[in-house]
Amino acid sequence: MKLGRTLWAIILIKLFIIFFVLKLFFFPNYLKKNFNTDKERSANVIENFTKTK
Amino acid sequence: MNEIVDLSMLDWSRGQFALTAFYHWLFVPLTLGITFILAIMETIYYKTGDPEWKKITRFWMKVFGINFAIGVATGIILEFQFGTNWSYYSWFVGDIFGAPLAIEGIMAFFMESTFIAVMFFGWDKVSKRFHLVSTWLTAIGANLSALWILVANAWMQNPVGMQFNPDTARNEMVNFWDVFLSPMAINKFLHTISSGFVLAGVFIIGVSAWFLLKQREVPFAKKSILVAAIFGFISSLFLVTTGDGSARLVAQNQPMKLAAMEGLYQGKNGAGLVAFGIFSPTGTDPANDKLNDFLFKIEIPNALSYMIHLDANAFVPGVKDLLNGNEKERMLSAADKISRGKMAIETLRNYKNALTEGRKEEALQMKDKFMSKDFQNNYFKYFGYGFIKNSNELIPGIQLVFYSFHMMVILGSWFLIFFFLSIYFIVNNEITKRRLFLKIAILTIPLVYLAQMAGWTVAEMGRQPWVVQDLLPTVAAVSNINAGAVMVTFWLFALIFTLLLVAEIKIMTKQIKIGPNEGGH
Repeated sequence: MKLGRTLWAIILIKLFIIFFVLKLFFFPNYLKKNFNTDKERSANVIENFTKTK
Repeated sequence: MNEIVDLSMLDWSRGQFALTAFYHWLFVPLTLGITFILAIMETIYYKTGDPEWKKITRFWMKVFGINFAIGVATGIILEFQFGTNWSYYSWFVGDIFGAPLAIEGIMAFFMESTFIAVMFFGWDKVSKRFHLVSTWLTAIGANLSALWILVANAWMQNPVGMQFNPDTARNEMVNFWDVFLSPMAINKFLHTISSGFVLAGVFIIGVSAWFLLKQREVPFAKKSILVAAIFGFISSLFLVTTGDGSARLVAQNQPMKLAAMEGLYQGKNGAGLVAFGIFSPTGTDPANDKLNDFLFKIEIPNALSYMIHLDANAFVPGVKDLLNGNEKERMLSAADKISRGKMAIETLRNYKNALTEGRKEEALQMKDKFMSKDFQNNYFKYFGYGFIKNSNELIPGIQLVFYSFHMMVILGSWFLIFFFLSIYFIVNNEITKRRLFLKIAILTIPLVYLAQMAGWTVAEMGRQPWVVQDLLPTVAAVSNINAGAVMVTFWLFALIFTLLLVAEIKIMTKQIKIGPNEGGH
């Protein structure tokens, strides 16, 4: 059963790092964080796409 | 857009995605294939009642469990990156990407997880029949998980079944079945899972070869090799067939990628297939310094034309035809496509300006124009080209794609021979005497991982500069965020994934050394 405990420990530590460290501190959703509504997000995306000269 | 994107940010984001995807894919293919081999082994146990087959199944199940536990959830990090580093891409692909991923999460993931629990912990607790059904459903669930993400990836290679909404800047799915059943999606799914089947076959034969070299667990190893070799051989044939189908689809939808895969600069009728080639490190085509000359190549005459069109004299376009156009073959030049793409972007800009400035009637007319069939087929189709400044940007890294493709094909051919020899030696009861072959079998394990990575390099690097073929270049897909943050997470991922890989190798080699007679779940 030692193997089982090791694997469960790896899974739990990994999930903690992924969801409570990486997601919370390093991976905010760029458009959701910077704009409040979908309309604003659309406007920003169109603005970025149409800036090419 | 191009002016304001920090190229180092783009490079770091691409590097981070590639790093994460490669590490994630180190864990996935073994799961795809070994679950089916487990199901076959357990079926033999169910049919024969022979406890040796139960022992064999439980050992490989333990190996699968280690791989699953360490690899599970590593793909979620890719989804985080979509929202942070690739927000414009995420927005642009809209529900085309969201729907398959949601289905994956709801259906396949839960199906796989539920039956995995029964498979691991249900021995002697549920009936033999129910346990066997659970093992089969785990295999099906694992492969269904891969289906949805591959459907999404196929859409990036060949966007179909959608309509771009100029009000939201998102693509909306208009026909789920066009997306789900596109030939690109079906072929990509079958080619990818069969590559996982081949990997699992090689892996089991390689590990069993180690037992035979150590003269341990001989009946166990021989039986394992028999099942893995037959499964692997059939999968290899399937891999070759679907690979051939892939090349034909690439020729139709991504001709520049095909030209890079073959190092074909000037298109021609009766194009030859380069079986092997080495590029000159210095010499280039006088007309384009991105096109390195071949130092040496072995070419099979007319084979490329035949492979793509089933006609030995058919025309296959090269890089130059795709850049300069070819009137005879009715091919637009890159300059024409760029001009049309700019027109599509300009129309979108004018529509947005008319809307925001309250010119409602003008806006309505522009929207009608934008949504018309003619505009969609002749201008929006080239939307992504509007971001391209220089037509040479349309050429992917030819040497990387060429070498990766040829490495994949050469290794794929070796795997077919390898499985054939494995079957031959095991059926003729010669396998224990073939010590050189057993050593080669162990060395073939890393080669099959290398072939997997080469395949993904062809698929993803060969698509460059596009993130969505012809519609969105990578440079327009990336968020305006700080490169420093991406650098930090790049190295963080490199560390975490390396630790996971070391843990996987360490735990797995330890359990393999223990063998099938000791230890449990």
